[in-house]
Amino acid sequence: MAANYDAEPILKVEHMKQYFKMSSKFTVKAVDDVSFEIYPGETYGLVGESGSGKTTIGRGIIRLYDPTDGKITFNGIDISGKLTKEARTELRTKMQMIFQDPMASLNPRKKIGDIIGEGLDIHHNYASKEERKQHIDNILAKVGLAKEHYDRYPYQFSGGQRQRVGIARALIMNPDLIIADECISELDVSIQAQEVNLMKDIQAETGSAYLFIAHDLSMVKYISDRIGVLHLGRMLETGTTDEIFTNPIHPYTRSLLSAIPSPNPRTEKSRTAVAYDYATSGIDYDKGTLTHISGTHYVHGTEEEIAKWQAENN
Amino acid sequence: MADKILNIKNLDLTFKTNAGMVHAIRGVNIDLERGETVAVVGESGSGKSVVMKTVMGILAGNAIINSGEIEYTYYNEFNELATVDILKKDTKWIRKNINGKHIAMVFQDPMTSLDPTMTIGKQLMEGMKMHMNMSDADANKRAIELLTEVGITNPEKRMKQYPHQLSGGMRQRVVIAIAISCNPELLICDEPTTALDVTIQAKILELIKKLQKERGISVIYITHDLGVVAKVADYVNVMYAGKIVEVGNIEEIFYDPKHPYTWGLLSAMPDLDTDDARLYTIPGSPPNLLHEVKGDAFAPRNQYALKIDKLAEPPMFKVSETHYAATWLLDPRAPKVEMPEELRKRIDRMLKEANADGSEL
Repeated sequence: MAANYDAEPILKVEHMKQYFKMSSKFTVKAVDDVSFEIYPGETYGLVGESGSGKTTIGRGIIRLYDPTDGKITFNGIDISGKLTKEARTELRTKMQMIFQDPMASLNPRKKIGDIIGEGLDIHHNYASKEERKQHIDNILAKVGLAKEHYDRYPYQFSGGQRQRVGIARALIMNPDLIIADECISELDVSIQAQEVNLMKDIQAETGSAYLFIAHDLSMVKYISDRIGVLHLGRMLETGTTDEIFTNPIHPYTRSLLSAIPSPNPRTEKSRTAVAYDYATSGIDYDKGTLTHISGTHYVHGTEEEIAKWQAENN
Repeated sequence: MADKILNIKNLDLTFKTNAGMVHAIRGVNIDLERGETVAVVGESGSGKSVVMKTVMGILAGNAIINSGEIEYTYYNEFNELATVDILKKDTKWIRKNINGKHIAMVFQDPMTSLDPTMTIGKQLMEGMKMHMNMSDADANKRAIELLTEVGITNPEKRMKQYPHQLSGGMRQRVVIAIAISCNPELLICDEPTTALDVTIQAKILELIKKLQKERGISVIYITHDLGVVAKVADYVNVMYAGKIVEVGNIEEIFYDPKHPYTWGLLSAMPDLDTDDARLYTIPGSPPNLLHEVKGDAFAPRNQYALKIDKLAEPPMFKVSETHYAATWLLDPRAPKVEMPEELRKRIDRMLKEANADGSEL
């Protein structure tokens, strides 16, 4: 199923802020005024270096953190601030997360089947034991694992298989939105390809939307419909995958794109990545605003800055 | 002058585990000449790290070396060329004479390879004081120079800091500074950038390249990322299930690969220039080396597998002076099989791109 842009967005993040107070004098602004929307069936890629706030956004949305400010609407229900009982149930069932480290996120003392079925147990989503088992077997098959894996423990699996368990656990609740936080970063390149294909197949089948968080732009390109580039807690550039890759405007986006290694030794040997250093770039994120370029393409900066960058690119 | 620094000959190694004997390395040959860069590429579990740990003499206690030689050639204290077989020496001797001094290693995760309870300065000076008998003052001075060399600003302040106070990229720079502190001739980098962001990765690779050029050291990269290989390596060894399946110089491996496994690895790289909806994947997973492999270890995952692949292990077939591949497809009696159409197109496009770039220069 392709993304449905005519429908209401499934997730709407407006002016989200997440501050962490370190001491009476010092506050870390991990996420500062970030807004974006995700439509049903769409994959939104969130990229940026470590410390850019991408994981914090994901965790803030699913309420592992309590965002400092901003409004988050999911399926038409406000899930920011104090959660009502109804909002909590909606959030805990219809939004799921896949974590980065598949070893650390699976309980080593639980069987795979029970790990996957935990969500069902908590929300009492089955009438009989047989139904529960049936449901888990179906999900196992869907992510390319076998029924026999039900009784095994996480340590008996390879990294790629463990990540599939993570995907299965998210899928069992039949979610509308899955937040995938660097879920392929720790895998080998060839296994990454398998997982990305699997996630795409599942999306085609179930129509769930993804918030795909990663620092590797080459994989993000494959899976995302739209991309948001984050740096120091700000959304610097957002647009469709095409817009970002063919017409990157912000110098930070260009530096990210130039850092992707390509398997072409003749060009790669002589190429150096474009460096971007906020401290010496002369750009002040506080001054800029998110400015519309074309279509769905927005860039963060002042008018002069954007004009200058566009001139540099051409 | 062709000057070999490291020559691994027919290394064969087994791990004794509770589950049984794991035949992890099944006859590996790697050559490295002075000043060159060699990459060892393969999936996790292919044994690439194990080979390098053997070179450093830091194998786990349950490893049994069945056969092989690791010849390391270096300039000894009298400035004469000396060759030792590392496998015949005990750990103590290797520790004292080789590790750090002649061969240094950079590990994957800079947080686990640095001691969290020691300051950066102390860790940097440790090796120099041990191997070079430097005084505290000299070592301190040299440490500050090294930190500057690897691109760390404000080195005096960093010397007194602890690893947790530094960012990931900075930590890896410190690890590299420690590795080059005793002027090694060979640097082994085990997935040096896997734990880092792409932007930092590019910077670290450029740093290692710069150091290599300035100091004329040889470098071995262990990685699963072919993008990294394309950037740094002169020669490539493709490893699968404890064996080198294809070896060649960088152009041969990237533009004229012969082994179906190399085809798969190259095809699985995400390509920014195509709009394919699906990524290519190599079906299945690597074999469990707990069970003895019969025939070609890659055969079950190889769509081009021949009948003989299930019966006998292919020898290394010669493609050119530098290019060898272990696949029966290269046997003169085998049916002619070309690389997949997709990959062919991609290589043509890369060559075109490279030529276009060349004309601009």
